[in-house]
Amino acid sequence: MAWSRDQMAERAAKELRDGFYVNLGIGIPTLVSNYIPNGMSVQLQSENGMLGTGPFPFEGEEDPDLINAGKQTVTELPTTSYFNSADSFAMIRGGHIDIAILGAMEVAENGDLANWMIPGKVVKGMGGAMDLVGGVKKVVVVMEHAAKGDSKLKKHCTLPLTGAGVVDMVITDLGVFSLDRHGGGLTLIELAPDVTLDDIKAKTEASFKVANTLKQ
Amino acid sequence: MNKVYADARSALAGLLKDGMTIMAGGFGLCGIPETLILAIRDSGVKNLTVVSNNCGTDGKGLGILLDTRQIKKMISSYVGENKTFMNQFLANELEIEFNPQGTLAERIRAGGAGIPAFFTKTGYGTKIAEGKDVREFDGEKYVMERGLVADLSIVHAYRGDTEGNLAYRKTARNFNPPMATAGKVTVAEVEHLVKPGDINPDHIITPGIYVKRMIHVPTAPKHIEQRTVRKRQKADAPAGTGEEV
Repeated sequence: MAWSRDQMAERAAKELRDGFYVNLGIGIPTLVSNYIPNGMSVQLQSENGMLGTGPFPFEGEEDPDLINAGKQTVTELPTTSYFNSADSFAMIRGGHIDIAILGAMEVAENGDLANWMIPGKVVKGMGGAMDLVGGVKKVVVVMEHAAKGDSKLKKHCTLPLTGAGVVDMVITDLGVFSLDRHGGGLTLIELAPDVTLDDIKAKTEASFKVANTLKQ
Repeated sequence: MNKVYADARSALAGLLKDGMTIMAGGFGLCGIPETLILAIRDSGVKNLTVVSNNCGTDGKGLGILLDTRQIKKMISSYVGENKTFMNQFLANELEIEFNPQGTLAERIRAGGAGIPAFFTKTGYGTKIAEGKDVREFDGEKYVMERGLVADLSIVHAYRGDTEGNLAYRKTARNFNPPMATAGKVTVAEVEHLVKPGDINPDHIITPGIYVKRMIHVPTAPKHIEQRTVRKRQKADAPAGTGEEV
């Protein structure tokens, strides 16, 4: 049985470590914050200028001056700090954020990532995604394995890139792949419950290796 | 030297001309200088190039200047949530230059700091790098990006003293401080106007040297784009959780 959105987020949370500074994208990545283990200290960065992002406010306590990068109202924690946008991306570009977890339209077997535009359709812009994938130490993509039957894990991205050779791990509803962006390619390291290697092979355009440790 | 003006119209007097470049602070609708934006609308100035992370929403923030078709070109990182923008863009009535958000912020910071260009890894190997110089440093490829300055910067601050020293509130800081440094003239609107010494000098974020003119906006409206809340009983809810209402 394939993983649900929440189960994908739960799996992504296993990549967090105590003391990590983390940037979460919108959509499934935001759900990762529900699965931070008790007792683990993780600080969430919002690239609009906040470190130590708290939960949504109680109704009636929303503050228009306090939002995350998805423009959602959030709250402050005792650990919170604020900074301007240039400092925020200095933090990102400078390699100080331990992990970014974000969504994607396509990932290629060489680590290329596309998630910001579809030519000829509505173009919204890349926001901070290009800076994040270029600067953060570890980039984890969480996405559906296929869209309308088409594998989102590609031999080559067909959409304009967000970053070239930037992805370290891909978590889909069917399993988990590690990605060696220095030429080692994709390796399947985990299967979702009751998903078989043959299922994955049938639904994946990209070529991939299978880890010796893969449980089948 | 008096920096404080009676209202937005007088603070912008003599600064506006057709075809000029304006930087406007804010992230989404958070920390935007909306009183100054309204005065720019009322001035009728047109063919503007506007540098701002976003372009407001329909009828709010910089969306106000889209409704009146005063903007010719936007330099932004993200322009979702705005139908008017999309319609004008798809009809070729509006140009957009997308910059990655951090590259945009650094271009502005560099512009204000007198740095004409810098190298960044961001965007290497993508459309953003096309036509730009690429250099290798320590085995990694970097793209050259230019510093950015504007004829006018408009910013929103929480507190300001009459010398132009500014302090911001929470995430309403965002692009305001770097933009305050990168305008040939910077005009600030402040929610609380105080006398020199009332802001602890250690807490001043934008030194007054960058601010030429200012106005007091004690009742400036603030907008929430995505109102997200959580239920009272879940006091220990983790970050970014709850429900949208």
